[in-house]
Amino acid sequence: MARSVTQRRKIINTAAAWAIGLLIFFPILWTILTSFKTEAQAIADPPIFLGFDWTLENYGVVMERSNYMRFLWNSVIIAGGSTLLGTIIAVPAAWSMAFVPSKRTKDILLWMLSTKMLPAVGVLYPIYLIFIKMGLLDTKIALVVVLMLINLPIIVWMLYTYFKEIPGEILEAARMDGASLREEVLYVLTPMAIPGIASTILLNVILAWNEAFWTLNLTAAKAARLTAFIASYSSPEGLFYAKLSAASTMAIAPILILGWFSQKQLVSGLTFGAVK
Amino acid sequence: MATQHSRSAARIMLAPAVILLLGWMLVPLIMTLFFSFKKYLPLRGGDLGWVGFENYVRFVTSSSFWPSVLTTLVIVGGVLVITVVLGVLLAILLNQPMWGQGVVRILVIAPFFVMPTVSALVWKNMFMDPVNGLFAHLWKFFGATPVEWLTQVPMSSIIVIVSWQWLPFATLILLTAIQSLDGEQLEASEMDGAPPLARFAFIVLPHLGRAITVVVLIQTIFLLSIFAEIFVTTQGAFGTKTLTYLIYQRVLESQNVGLGSAGGVYAIILANIVAIFLMRMVGKNLDA
Amino acid sequence: MGQIQLNQVTKSFGNVQVIPPLDLTIEDGEFTVFVGPSGCGKSTLLRMIAGLEDLTSGQISIDGEDATDTPPAKRGLAMVFQSYALYPHMSVRKNIAFPMRMAKMDKAEQDRRIEAAASALNLTDYLDRRPGQLSGGQRQRVAIGRAIVREPSAFLFDEPLSNLDAALRVGMRLEISEMHERLKTTMIYVTHDQVEAMTMADKIVVLQAGVIEQVGSPLDLYNAPCNKFVAGFIGSPKMNFIEGAEAAAHGAHCIGCRPEHITVSTTEGLWQGTVGVAEHLGSDTYIHIHGVPGCDPMTVRASGEFTVKHGDRVYLTPDMNHLHKFDEAGLRVA
Repeated sequence: MARSVTQRRKIINTAAAWAIGLLIFFPILWTILTSFKTEAQAIADPPIFLGFDWTLENYGVVMERSNYMRFLWNSVIIAGGSTLLGTIIAVPAAWSMAFVPSKRTKDILLWMLSTKMLPAVGVLYPIYLIFIKMGLLDTKIALVVVLMLINLPIIVWMLYTYFKEIPGEILEAARMDGASLREEVLYVLTPMAIPGIASTILLNVILAWNEAFWTLNLTAAKAARLTAFIASYSSPEGLFYAKLSAASTMAIAPILILGWFSQKQLVSGLTFGAVK
Repeated sequence: MATQHSRSAARIMLAPAVILLLGWMLVPLIMTLFFSFKKYLPLRGGDLGWVGFENYVRFVTSSSFWPSVLTTLVIVGGVLVITVVLGVLLAILLNQPMWGQGVVRILVIAPFFVMPTVSALVWKNMFMDPVNGLFAHLWKFFGATPVEWLTQVPMSSIIVIVSWQWLPFATLILLTAIQSLDGEQLEASEMDGAPPLARFAFIVLPHLGRAITVVVLIQTIFLLSIFAEIFVTTQGAFGTKTLTYLIYQRVLESQNVGLGSAGGVYAIILANIVAIFLMRMVGKNLDA
Repeated sequence: MGQIQLNQVTKSFGNVQVIPPLDLTIEDGEFTVFVGPSGCGKSTLLRMIAGLEDLTSGQISIDGEDATDTPPAKRGLAMVFQSYALYPHMSVRKNIAFPMRMAKMDKAEQDRRIEAAASALNLTDYLDRRPGQLSGGQRQRVAIGRAIVREPSAFLFDEPLSNLDAALRVGMRLEISEMHERLKTTMIYVTHDQVEAMTMADKIVVLQAGVIEQVGSPLDLYNAPCNKFVAGFIGSPKMNFIEGAEAAAHGAHCIGCRPEHITVSTTEGLWQGTVGVAEHLGSDTYIHIHGVPGCDPMTVRASGEFTVKHGDRVYLTPDMNHLHKFDEAGLRVA
């Protein structure tokens, strides 16, 4: 924007944008604030915004009572594991589609995307049955596999988009320089694509972390993740706002931070490059 | 850059992803089709034989089918209208020069990263609770009677919750699209004497057309299978039972797998209709 | 050693044959330039020699050995790409070392070669920088350095100078020529710029639509182009072609005369016309003349002091010793 904007206009813009931004962010802010209140203050009438006795007690209680660490650990393993596994499978696939395109490449890419659109509920029972038969129901492996498969198309697509931006001549140069296929992918392609691979991983960890349907339906106790842990707070009995807030804050904090870092990749990742 | 050698290497490297996804798609799909033609009650007798299209007919003629389709459409439609309209306005606002743009962006995008269960839970208890919710306090402050959100206006409440989650996504994509608008185009139209509203209608909105379509299609795919928000808030009560939730109840709650599977096939067909349009969009983009 | 022989080589993409059967021998130590308009198949040909592109049929042999199915890494050739294709995540030193690292060469020998290449290419001070921190010319040198250290049997250049600005291009042209004088290694150089071809080559291969139009030394092509295409492609400004009565008078369908072989005068001459645009380069003046029968406009070269202006009437006389005659098919008539 080469033109000058009047100071007044800028002030109005700033005020409006901040007001709306805070309004949208308010539920999260309110949850975080409530998590530091005592239970009595959490339901005080009228509500207290900042002038309460800050306490960490809720966090202690939540961690002690519901074994938060185990749920967190499950979440980390499942989100991380499924993303990592997906990436390992997707890197070679994306390499071949980006650098050795054939007539069918486009069809394969679109077909992969179409599997993403299969409504989960349509295949819920078969998956459920398969995992029972294999003795995998309520295990971390089951969720790792399912979430990996759900996100694999997105991972392939994102990597494909990033790889496309790497000039093919560089890989050819490596080939001329005597690199084998493995060396070409390992020493040249992967280091060059590190930023792209990193943001792909980041976005997919977020998607896997927040996934609810399969988590709620394929786990009971052992492999339950934070998603299920939080959902278990929805029973009306024993509901305590401050503790609910503390649990929620702990569940969303790590991903919120990751998410802020990956917001740029979000667009290209989730729109499959259709919006730039 | 293709030699025979690299082409065969490419095929081998592509194979694992293709085989996995093919399995992931075909095996459950075939099983669902298989079950949908059977009377299958795992807890009450198991496999009771083939029944032809009975499940399909029963699912469609059951009293909850059409309401659930309607509910699904209302939720999807409501959320789409809210997120696209507000998203466009918000994207335009965020694109204006201001102080702290980066921070505002972060505030606006945040809800997208909150897991659906948490957001539903927070909205249900801390905002929409008729006694202790923040809205109840607000209503009382103005001397009104607090609304029992999730029982009196359950649909609107759920639409609000879901819109809050998806508004960031719409805004972010539309903002990206607006930023790619050539500034000189706007300046040219200004030189041509177009007032701000006309510039919006004739330049900005057409430019956003593609982004809006993408937002609509992607959100539709996700919203059609919305689950956690309903699971946490109303459990499908008070007329908020979507098609997804209805099938879920048939399969897991009443353990009528045959009937649920027939429902699943309907859901797959519905999603595919939307998916075809999305594919066309994305496919066109591949050529560009 | 680096003798490369192409035997009945063809290339098709799908049903489209981009290179019909083609034979060519490149002698050891020769600087060969493939030149032609864009899309003529010259890059495809080079990439087939490199092994980056399969042959549809035919045979390529290097030093007498069949290399048709040898992967690029095993052919002992080095290539310099148009975009330089440097590895952006590696320092200059690592870029140059990469082919030796792939060949698992002794570390001390690697260092020795890197130092030698760096000093020859004026890169010694930049060895620890990344390609992103270098200018276009320096990147070009790194790409050449990466090719040199392998001591290949032949160098392949794919339009290496087209991303450089004009002044740098002239400098690099000289450097590559000097490098060839020094190393005496076979070099194959692809360009669309006939000036590069003329100034650098021992042997020029002119290609059009995948077909070799003519092979020869720069002066052979300049003095005796075998057809109208080569005649028009080699030499700048382009040769003038005159058709009609004037050509028939010389017993040809078409005659060609280079701008530098026409004398221009304000008083007398064989042909006459009016001045359209006169381009003053200082040393020379190129004059575009309208109204000459059978050739409009005709371009002629005059000395830098020759001043005419738009609309002036001028007289032209061609140098009969440098008149090229072509038949109806565009082929040279002796």
